[in-house]
Parts: sequence; structure tokens; C-alpha cells
Amino acid sequence: MSSPAHRPEPPAGAPAPLRPSLLSAALIGIGVMAAVDELVFHQLLAWHHFYDRATLRVGLLSDGLLHAAELVAVVGGFFWLSDLRRRAALVPSAAWGGFLLGAGGFQLFDGLVDHKVLRVHQIRYGVDLLPYDLAWNLSGALLLACGAVLAVRARRRRAAPPARRRP
Amino acid sequence: MRPATALGPDAPLPALPDLSAPAAAHPPSGHPGAAAWATALPVLLPVLACAVVYLVAARRAAAGPRGWSRLRTASWLTGCAALAAAVSPPGHALLPAGATGHMVQHLVLGMFAPLALVLAAPVTLLLRTAPVPYRRRAARLLRSPLPHVLGHPVTAAALNAGGLLLVMLTPLYAATLTSPVLHHAVHLHYLAAGYLFAWAVAGPDPAPRRPGTAVRVAALVGAAAVHAWLAKHLYAHAPALPPGAGADAADLRRAAQVMYYGGDLAELLLATALFAAWYRRRGRLAPPAGAPDPSRPPRAGTRLRAAGRAVR
Repeated sequence: MSSPAHRPEPPAGAPAPLRPSLLSAALIGIGVMAAVDELVFHQLLAWHHFYDRATLRVGLLSDGLLHAAELVAVVGGFFWLSDLRRRAALVPSAAWGGFLLGAGGFQLFDGLVDHKVLRVHQIRYGVDLLPYDLAWNLSGALLLACGAVLAVRARRRRAAPPARRRP
Repeated sequence: MRPATALGPDAPLPALPDLSAPAAAHPPSGHPGAAAWATALPVLLPVLACAVVYLVAARRAAAGPRGWSRLRTASWLTGCAALAAAVSPPGHALLPAGATGHMVQHLVLGMFAPLALVLAAPVTLLLRTAPVPYRRRAARLLRSPLPHVLGHPVTAAALNAGGLLLVMLTPLYAATLTSPVLHHAVHLHYLAAGYLFAWAVAGPDPAPRRPGTAVRVAALVGAAAVHAWLAKHLYAHAPALPPGAGADAADLRRAAQVMYYGGDLAELLLATALFAAWYRRRGRLAPPAGAPDPSRPPRAGTRLRAAGRAVR
């Protein structure tokens, strides 16, 4: 993870770059989606279990690493975003795009790699999994697509003639 | 499981009830309360002394030109109170029985109390209030290789996670249930390693040559990942691990879950302290957007200056 502190400052008067807004919000998106997964599916619905006996060894290890990284991502993302806001360097459209990209990317990663490849856990037990998996991964893909559209639009607006630029 | 108050005067560990040990190890007899307090006192008195010394120094620093934050003092007292609660009989009465209570005690000793103590910046307080020769000696000590190597986030994470793995995956845990010396040594290790780690990752105290934010974040994620993995591993192998624990599987599984979510909370607090410090530092260093000179001084320079300020 590269520290945002090492990034060079833009020259005074130039429009704020999109990347920091996008990345900081993506970190928050990843963390928020992980928290939703934890709160809704683990705690409220209790569909997933803390540990199911089918988890592969490598799955358990990757689960620990991912879980640790999510928590740090959401905290780091919030402070990074706050710093951008403080310096008037936050581009909201890029940040929303980044947030949805992070959330959708995490959802899809969780649905494909964690559930299917590493088999950390399944969405629900004792039911036909196909509709659950489809809903899970399609919703992830949808979030990802919305994020991509927002991010591309933010970039296009940046490339548009100066009259349409933000002051 | 026996209640903590049923410990006899000849019990090996009245201050730290071996809730997961077989009941036969502690025949209930005599004056349990007095004996428990007698064994807790050698730990409680130094904690009390630390609290008093800090309070005196903080008063002195508060009267000085730069003052002393009440939040830091509150953080120190919170840490001391948590330590005292974790080792004293009334604190034990609040804990759930069995391995779960033990786990809560370990989380407080190894994670929450050290973080509160580190955030109180005791070294900064020392450097500000001690007589000048002591300040020079302390500053020299901070610049020596030992704290540099020990206080590197990766070393601190390895000491922390390594100690935990050693206790939980080898017969060491079972041995601590019968040997008071080992038991106290392990608790001391938890406290020292926890303090070292919190200081290395998120400490406000000066640490010359402390690596940058990226290394500290990586060490935090690594240590937290090992912690989360170990918690699930213990859960998965409940009655067999830790070897020779002798507690029932449901209790050990509950303890593993407490370890998992307690570890999350500690990681969240550490990450908040780490990034909040980054945010404050950046606020001081970076001029607002549109300022004439956007270049920032190098980060290493600010750390040295911070250390120098503290010494003065």
C-alpha cells in the first residue's frame, strides 16, 4: 500500500487530480461492503457461520489477511478522504465512483474467490446455492459497473473544454 | 467451573484464577479473598505507583509553557485502571468463567491497556519534565540501536504474534496453568509486546528513525491477520488446542470468538490512532490548496524536529 503522503502536490490553481478521490473512496467502499457482509449476513441473518468445517486451510489464512486489511482500509480511507476535503482536493463524482468500484469489487471478489475458489464459507446453508450466488455476484457486478460509469464520467468532465471545468 | 472466589490460600495462582484448570488443582479452603489480594498486590502496587508518578509529572508539565493534554492523562489512568482490573479479584468477579474469562483478561493485558498507556505519551512527558541529565540520557537511549531494532514495527509485530502462537499452539499454555512463574511471565510478555507494538505502530512518543506510514500499516495488517487466523484456527480445533488446556470445547470456541472480535476492536483502535496521527501531521505540514508554496518538508526531518522539541 503506497502512502498518500508521498504523492506530489499539484501546482497551485490546477484542478484537483481524480486518483486520490477515487482511491480513498474505494478503500471506504471495500470496508463498508465488508462491514455490511459481516453485520447483515453473519450477525443479523446468521446465514454464514463464524467457521464452517469445509474451509480450506489456505482459505482460513487468506480470510484472516483480508479481514485485517478491510478494517485498516476503511479507517485509512476515511482519514485520507478527510484530508482531501480539508485541502479542497476532493472530487465528489470521482469519490462516488471509487466508493461503488470498491464496494462492487469487494462483493464480486468475496462471491467468486472467497465463496467459490477458497470456500471460506457459503452464502447460506441447506438451500440451493445457485440463486444466492447469482444474486450476490450480479449485485456486485452492478455496483462495479455503476462505479465505472461514474469514474469515467468524472474523467470525461475533466477532459472537457475549460468552460465546463469546475472553478 | 468454580467461581474465582473459591480459590484456597495454597492455590498456586490466586490472583489469576486458572478458570480452565482442573478443579482438583485448587482445593477450596481458607480465606480466599485475602489470599487473592495478597498475590494481586505485587502487581497492583507498581501500577498504582506508575499512575501517581505520571499524575505528578503531568501536573508539572501542565504548569509549563506548552501544557499537557488532559486526554493523555485520562488515557494513562484508563490504561492503569484496566491493568489493575485485569489482575485484581473484583475484576475477576466480573469476568465470565472458564477460558473465555481468561481470553478477556489476555485481551486487556496485551491489547487494550498497552494502547491506552502508549497514547498517554509517557516518554514525551518524561522528556519534558525530568531533570536535564535524565532527559539527555533518555534521548541518547532512544537514539541507540536497541530501541530502533526492537521498536521497528515488523520486529514488534513478530514478537507479539510469535509469542501468541507459541503460547496457544504449544504445551506452554497448559504449563502456565500450573506454574505461577510462567503464568506471570506470559502476562508480562503480553503487556510488554503489546506496548512495544502499539508504540511502534501508533505511538505519539518520539521514535527516531521510525519507518513510514506504509511499513506501519503493513505491520498492523500482518499482526492482525495472524491474530484473526489463530482465533479461527483455535475455534476449528477447539478441544485439542491449546494443547492440554483441559477446558470443554464450547468454552474454548467462545473464547476463540472473543479473541477474534476483540482483536478486531484492537486493530480498529490502533488503525484509528495511526491514521489520526498521519492526519494531524499532514495538517501541520501541508499548506491548504492554492497556497504559494505547496512543497512539503521531508517527513524524516519533521520526526527529528519533533524529537528535538520534546527534548528541549
